[in-house]
Amino acid sequence: MGSRASSLLREEDIEEIKKETGFSHSQITRLYSRFHSLDKGENGALSREDFQRIPELAINPLGDRIINAFFPEGEDQVNFRGFMRTLAHFRPVEDNEKNKDPTAEPLNSRNNKLLFAFRLYDLDRDDKISRDELLQVLRMMVGVNISDEQLGSIADRTIQEADTNGDMSISFSEFIKVLEKVDVEQKMSIRFLH
Amino acid sequence: MGMNWLLWSVLLVFLVFGSVPVGSDAGSDPDPDLHPDPPRDPHTPQHTPPHTPRRTFPVLTVQFQTVRKPFESALWILLASLLKLGFHIIPRFSSVVPESCVLIMVGLLVGALIKLLGETLPVLDTQLFFLVLLPPIILDAGYFLPIRPFGENLGTILVFAVVGTLWNSFFMGVVLYGVCLLEGSSQLAGVDLLACLLFSSIASAVDPVAVLAVFEEIHIHELLHILVFGESLLNDAVTVVLYHLFEEFAMMGEVTLVDVFLGVLCFFVVALGGVLVGAVYGLLAAITSRFTSHTRVIEPLFVFLYSYMAYLSAEVFHLSGIMALIACGVVMRPYVEANISHKSYTTIKYFLKMWSSLSETLIFIFLGVSTVAGPHTWNWTFVSATIVLCLLSRVLGVAGLTFFINKFRMVKLTGKDQFIVAYGGLRGAIAFSLAFLLSAEHFPMKNLFLTAIITVVFFTVFVQGMTIRPLVDLLAVKKKKETKFTINEEIHTQFLEHVLVGIEGVCGHYGHRHWKDKLGRLNASYLRRWLIVGERSQEPQLISFYNRLELEQALLVAESGTAGRLTPALPSSASLLAEKQKSVMNVSKEREQRIRKILRANLQKTSQRLRSYSRHALFLEEEEEDDWNEMKLQKQRLEMGRRMSHYLTVPANWQESPPLRRAKTESGNQVKESRPSAAVSVPIVSVESVPPSAPADSGMSPDKTADSPPQTVGGALKSLAGSGRGKGRKPSVTFALDVDEQKLPRCLSDPGPNKIDEEDEEHREWEV
Repeated sequence: MGSRASSLLREEDIEEIKKETGFSHSQITRLYSRFHSLDKGENGALSREDFQRIPELAINPLGDRIINAFFPEGEDQVNFRGFMRTLAHFRPVEDNEKNKDPTAEPLNSRNNKLLFAFRLYDLDRDDKISRDELLQVLRMMVGVNISDEQLGSIADRTIQEADTNGDMSISFSEFIKVLEKVDVEQKMSIRFLH
Repeated sequence: MGMNWLLWSVLLVFLVFGSVPVGSDAGSDPDPDLHPDPPRDPHTPQHTPPHTPRRTFPVLTVQFQTVRKPFESALWILLASLLKLGFHIIPRFSSVVPESCVLIMVGLLVGALIKLLGETLPVLDTQLFFLVLLPPIILDAGYFLPIRPFGENLGTILVFAVVGTLWNSFFMGVVLYGVCLLEGSSQLAGVDLLACLLFSSIASAVDPVAVLAVFEEIHIHELLHILVFGESLLNDAVTVVLYHLFEEFAMMGEVTLVDVFLGVLCFFVVALGGVLVGAVYGLLAAITSRFTSHTRVIEPLFVFLYSYMAYLSAEVFHLSGIMALIACGVVMRPYVEANISHKSYTTIKYFLKMWSSLSETLIFIFLGVSTVAGPHTWNWTFVSATIVLCLLSRVLGVAGLTFFINKFRMVKLTGKDQFIVAYGGLRGAIAFSLAFLLSAEHFPMKNLFLTAIITVVFFTVFVQGMTIRPLVDLLAVKKKKETKFTINEEIHTQFLEHVLVGIEGVCGHYGHRHWKDKLGRLNASYLRRWLIVGERSQEPQLISFYNRLELEQALLVAESGTAGRLTPALPSSASLLAEKQKSVMNVSKEREQRIRKILRANLQKTSQRLRSYSRHALFLEEEEEDDWNEMKLQKQRLEMGRRMSHYLTVPANWQESPPLRRAKTESGNQVKESRPSAAVSVPIVSVESVPPSAPADSGMSPDKTADSPPQTVGGALKSLAGSGRGKGRKPSVTFALDVDEQKLPRCLSDPGPNKIDEEDEEHREWEV
């Protein structure tokens, strides 16, 4: 299975992905075989149903949001490049990785990780987490037993803690500020085996 | 400054003379008053006349023997506590010298003084140490162990604890043996390999008491703290195994391969067995706490007893008592805290802190005294070799292990981190006690070992303990960030955890997050349901966290009396309040007293009037009464806080009673919604209330003022509510006043008349 999968992935592609995302060769091939196993339709791209078949996503309260994060704006299929691009956000940060490309920030920098998380909250892409968006996320995380008022007060408090410019919503810079004490590098990294 | 020194000298004098009776324990004559007629010989009646010659009735007698032991123990504890007091009064001192150093020095002084007086010295009894002094410290550490960082770094901690300690023991033992051989003096001739190994296994264990004592004061950041501290806790298993192993081997004389294998097996049994025993007792404690809702007073007792039993049970089987204690604390904490009342939680916290602080003080003082007691066998080579090897093996061990560990860690340990971890490996009283436990027949060089261990302990505590603070500053090691719990961090952290578990699922990668998530799910679906009473079992973690935050802030408002200290993190209504009361800082005491008196008087009247009008009896069932009352209490405290502030802004002519306004919340029809979970989580912002059979959404109902108590902050309320709306927020910023329940005077920590006392007692429980 492994060899058949990797034969569909050309060497140039691997090189490009490596440059863009920073994954190593073996990591890319391993993730490609995972991609391939998820791709039941065998058409080289994953659809939403393919993702929904993953059991961990099915029971995850934020499953839908995560799935959406893989698909670029308005599309229904994600190819391997896109798949890897999303996963690149979760690569651990290495400090010995002196930027090969000093102009572009690597996808797994702290800033980009936080941006990814921010976009998971901010569905309408207006660069602000409004109270409603926050409420939606809270509702998903907390379940059905909690009343709306309670959630509302939590949301109010959250916004009030974070909000510095008084617009009753959390902008990206406020989001960064609130999480400055949190070890985002560790919390948002997956140990991809070499 | 002069006063402080005077205080110190007085304390020292007391300590010395207090210990004199302790010392002269053995050779004390029986008190003549106890036995006026010693029965000598029943067959010679004439020597024991039935009537003693008439003596005068003793008005004042001295009978010290019967209270001797408790008296002396109490005196020691008292003096140790006074010393601690004195230590903290001198500010400059406490910032330079860590407390442990001072205590040891005091112990030395006391020991020297006692010796000068010619009395026998009280020695650190190992039984006392292991069974009485050590458990509180470990329980305190284990119960309040920060689980998240501990779990995240568990692998690293285990590697340091197990492999590190093993490396230290063997390296030091072998090299020390070599040194002894090379040295060739008669003193060291009797030291064989096994004895060296035994000695080094005792000397290489990082001591939790010493680490705690020193690291508490330097406030380094969480990761380093948990690494060193976790290591000091978990290496107990290794130490226990090695100690018993080498002791057995040394007594048996020869070692076979089977013995080595059994030793390894023993390690697993000791460690896992200890954890298992602790977990079992922890679960028992959790189950017991389910049923304590009617006997809140003894709740803390269960926590302490079960933990202590876990420790003792583990010690019975020579399992690791420390690991049992930690496991017990960790396992029982989430469930017990969900079940017990707030007061019990506070009690547990403060008792643990108190006992552990006391134990620590006593341990260090006794260490000093025991040092003076001796007996000592000083050998320059041995002692200096020990110290050098301790440092060397620690540095090598940490460096080598970090090299391997960093391959598996996501956040690597830097050189600075490694240095602090190595430097923070302090030895302490456990090593000393273990050395003390050695039997003198099998180990003729026991005194040599004791001396060496004492030297090592002194060296680490004094030299390393004193210099670690300036070193931390010099190396600019990250300090502990001021963690004020924010709801943002909690929400986002949980959010990220969910996301990461999902992404790991996508990758097909089953890392530790996956298992943690599974465990959490298991916990939520089974354990929490069985072990937590009532609605709290269904409560998601986020909600409990939020409730706790709100409660803490509500308490803050109530206890402070004035609202001037409100933090900016409070939600809208409170922040509006804060703006209003920024000017209210200094209130004269008499004014406060006057206010309180009048409030109390008026509210009392209301209570007698309105008791019969309690609408709440109509809807609520018996078991919800508690929660409901507590919620109202909460509201009232907040209200009281607001009122107090209002009154303090208003000048003296407030004898008139502004009418009571009753503002409804938008969620007016909350009749059914009196479930405890909804009721308990009342934040400051929006308050649910059970409306009377009044029209639903009338904003203000002035007609209710007739039967209402005079005190209200009608003016302030209205303006607050008004400006709340003015800010464009949703009108959830309204609150209802239930002034019927007249527990209000309590909030201002006002003792109040006794009548309200009794009514209050049964409703005072805070179930959080």
